[in-house]
Amino acid sequence: MTGLTTTASLIYLISAFCYVIGVHLMRSPKTAKKGNGLSFVGMILAVIMILIEILVSGRVQVGAWIALAAGLALGIFYGFSKAKRVPMTDVPQLVSLFNAVGGGAAAAIGAFDYMTANGHLPLVLSIPVVLDIVIGGITFSGSLIATGKLSGKVSGKPITFPGSKFVNILVVIAIVAAAILMITQVDNSWYLVLALLASLAFGLLMTLPIGGADMPVVVSLLNAFTGLAVAFAGFVINNQVLIIAGALVGAAGTILTLQMADAMNRSVANILAGGFGTDDSQSVSPAG
Amino acid sequence: MSEELYANLAIFVLSLLVGFEVMSKIPSTLQTPMMSGANAIHGVVVVGAFAIAAEANNWLLYVLTFFAALFAAINVAGGYTVTDRMLGMFDRKPAKKEEDKK
Repeated sequence: MTGLTTTASLIYLISAFCYVIGVHLMRSPKTAKKGNGLSFVGMILAVIMILIEILVSGRVQVGAWIALAAGLALGIFYGFSKAKRVPMTDVPQLVSLFNAVGGGAAAAIGAFDYMTANGHLPLVLSIPVVLDIVIGGITFSGSLIATGKLSGKVSGKPITFPGSKFVNILVVIAIVAAAILMITQVDNSWYLVLALLASLAFGLLMTLPIGGADMPVVVSLLNAFTGLAVAFAGFVINNQVLIIAGALVGAAGTILTLQMADAMNRSVANILAGGFGTDDSQSVSPAG
Repeated sequence: MSEELYANLAIFVLSLLVGFEVMSKIPSTLQTPMMSGANAIHGVVVVGAFAIAAEANNWLLYVLTFFAALFAAINVAGGYTVTDRMLGMFDRKPAKKEEDKK
């Protein structure tokens, strides 16, 4: 390791430490705010370090700087102002929106690496790339529908249509086929498009039949999915802080989902089967 | 299996275990803030947006870089801000009524 990569690795380790301790502190109302602050410190450290790394590499094209800076500036402005202004009652849909974009970012990174692979990607990279695109795509569209349902823009009622099971199966087959094609033939962008479209469709089909009252559990589940997508992005770009933070969120989100479902006296499978929840506020408790 | 892959896999599995461990038995009032806090943490994907920017060299890749940066930045900035606001509600309860501390 050179001096820079050693420093970078250590900084990423400190950053990961901040996330774990931050989440730990968030377990109690008294220290929760401090925990979130610590996790933010970890985030800033990681961003400063990667910025130094790509500056030193000196390989970044002007166009890429513009794209990066414009994306960051717009994103920070939009995210910050949305989060500052939202009424407390509308927070769940906003969290779901932030989760959607996180999944979208992971999918974009996966797509980028597939397209820059020049027809050759070893299996240990092509598998996480494909998982990134598929999971990222599912969380992106699924979380957007969840946002819509929670905010009332999409009907909170379970939306089903005849033959939906059959369509689901077709979409899953399309995802698996596209994934296999992408792994075996790296140079065809159409497979990437197919995988992305099928994943987006699956996200829609997965969340539409679920009632508004069950949405928070689904948002939590999709949150865990995004965590995993981010961890796979870490494998792709070989960056450990993404792997640690992503796996942490993936596991924590899974446990949280189980706890939330438990609090409603439902199983996660039962919620995902859909068709139970009611319009927004009225809660329903099927005999179970 | 290469050493690098093994190291990454080990980190992945151990981090999963840490995640399971750290999240067991949290009070239900903290479930939503916790979800939001975890959501902010996966905003670390922004590091990936920087990393791909270093490799981008044509317009299509610039567009992908732009969207990765835009999405990740929304996730980070929005996630931490909204979590902080939510947790601010806990601060206020035991204190006096409307004490805005800034």
